[in-house]
Amino acid sequence: MTQLILFNVFNGLIVGAFYALMALGLSLILNLSGVINFAHGGFLALGAYIAYTLMPYTGFWGALLVAPVLTAALGLVVERLLIRPLYGRDPLYSLLLTFGLAYVLEDVARAIWGAQSVPYPIPASLTTPLSTEYFFLTGYRLFMVALVAAAVAGLFFILNRTRLGMRIRAGTLDLETVSVLGVNVRILRNLNFGLGIYLAGLAGVLAAGMLGLQPTIGTSLIMPSFVAIIVGGLGSLPGTLLGGLLIGVASGITTVFFPSATEAVMYVMMGLVLLIRPRGLLGEEGRIQ
Amino acid sequence: MTALRGRTSTIAVWIVLLSMPLWMGALGGYTELASRVVVLGLAAMALNFLLGFTGVLSFGHAAYFGLGAYGVGMTIKYLQPSTPLGILVGVVTGTLAAAVIGALIAKRRGVYFAMVTIAFGQVFYFIAFRWNSVTGGDDGLNNWRRQAIDFGIAKLDITNDVTFYYFALIVFALSAAAMGLLIKSPFGRTLIAIRENERRARFLGIPVEQHIWLSFVISCFFVSLAGTLFALLSNFTDPRALRWDQSGNFVIMAVLGGMRSFWGPLIGAAIFVVLQDYVSSHTENWMSFIGLFFMAVVLFFPRGILGIVKRRLAS
Repeated sequence: MTQLILFNVFNGLIVGAFYALMALGLSLILNLSGVINFAHGGFLALGAYIAYTLMPYTGFWGALLVAPVLTAALGLVVERLLIRPLYGRDPLYSLLLTFGLAYVLEDVARAIWGAQSVPYPIPASLTTPLSTEYFFLTGYRLFMVALVAAAVAGLFFILNRTRLGMRIRAGTLDLETVSVLGVNVRILRNLNFGLGIYLAGLAGVLAAGMLGLQPTIGTSLIMPSFVAIIVGGLGSLPGTLLGGLLIGVASGITTVFFPSATEAVMYVMMGLVLLIRPRGLLGEEGRIQ
Repeated sequence: MTALRGRTSTIAVWIVLLSMPLWMGALGGYTELASRVVVLGLAAMALNFLLGFTGVLSFGHAAYFGLGAYGVGMTIKYLQPSTPLGILVGVVTGTLAAAVIGALIAKRRGVYFAMVTIAFGQVFYFIAFRWNSVTGGDDGLNNWRRQAIDFGIAKLDITNDVTFYYFALIVFALSAAAMGLLIKSPFGRTLIAIRENERRARFLGIPVEQHIWLSFVISCFFVSLAGTLFALLSNFTDPRALRWDQSGNFVIMAVLGGMRSFWGPLIGAAIFVVLQDYVSSHTENWMSFIGLFFMAVVLFFPRGILGIVKRRLAS
């Protein structure tokens, strides 16, 4: 029983890491540009499929390195062509546009790579269990957790230690002032969008290795990411990270006792947070309503 | 002049709606398609009560639509084969859920409100999807049929497609009239004031949160009513009726037709339903079509059809 619980907690942690990685990208874009990127799941799937296509030429590690970058590049183009015209308009429009884009991306993935799930091969060195007792501790799972941790650390390094990151944070607080100080806000938003999409692409490549690859892979991960952002507190990236891990672990534990409530438990948590602490766990009071 | 124009357009809408089953067939459609226009038109107008006339974006209305649908289906299947009772149960369920969730989120605004409604919308999807033994899970709730309505002195046999169309149209007419009266009432004017300038409304002493909550609940009441009709129409419902993409469809209908006008969402619904029917029977890649259609509406027709028409007439 303990082992079962431990297994599901660990599993929940991994799933939560996906949620967090995806939610961090969503949060970045939402905080700076006020855009709810519904197509985030589509980009995630695309990142995974690009890696799948590259793998015969570049191997697992090359694909892991290159695919998220290509996805991010696509994100830069999409932001420039489709989303930029909508800044300053009612958020309704960017939401609808990315909603439509999500449909298109899923359909494109289906048209190119087929509706059926395809296996995503991972190196044998990562698939062997590390312990006979804790059978679930495969190298790949540990590797995923480590990589997500590294990605998150990298993100916070960029945000806190680089000029671009400082501008992103400043723009989140007061875009107008940042613009007046001579920062090109258009480029800033473009790069920020690309950064968010990079995280989605990375999450996609990692998720493919664990869940297999199908066109709807992004759709199943995007809703929990919204929940993660709300639970953690809108406007707070550490909150988003915490929210993602929390709901992942919570649904992992629920799987043991009441499997059919695996998803519902996240929404119960969200309801409780909104009731008891409406700004979210780490959200700041009154910054974003 | 504008009053006269308003009346003319209202009469035109009703002439079209009343005669739809007569010419739908000739244009390659069928009665069920006409019913779908009316039912989804009601849902889009109900959403627009909140979106267009209160200025609050909900992206989770499918949840209440679906609750209505499951309410009627489960009542007829498990409780009692009575259409009016089913509609009652569906509408009460949907409205109650909206009242509870609305109370949790009425203080949120803008993008945040949209996001919370999206997330909450999924709760009911997962319940319907997971609770196999009762809801039928992914396969949907089937093996039940809409029943003729017994008025004591007479029986209305809505199992007939054309009769059902006119039954749905009567419900639609009553709902539209109620929403129209609400919008014209002092309450509705207050909602519009909140939409135009929330801060000023607050300074005038208007309890903004209460108004938004009430508007949300009213909107969800009519959406769940539409949901009951939708399930009755196809004698079936499945989790897709309450999934997020359905919510998005309602919003695009409202925007496409023109969310600042009363009849806009109905026109948007008509176009959407006919287009979806046509595209999905002609290509496998209908998702791309619908997605590109969404993007085109946002980029090229953000005011919607009636918004453009109004502008033309004004200049």
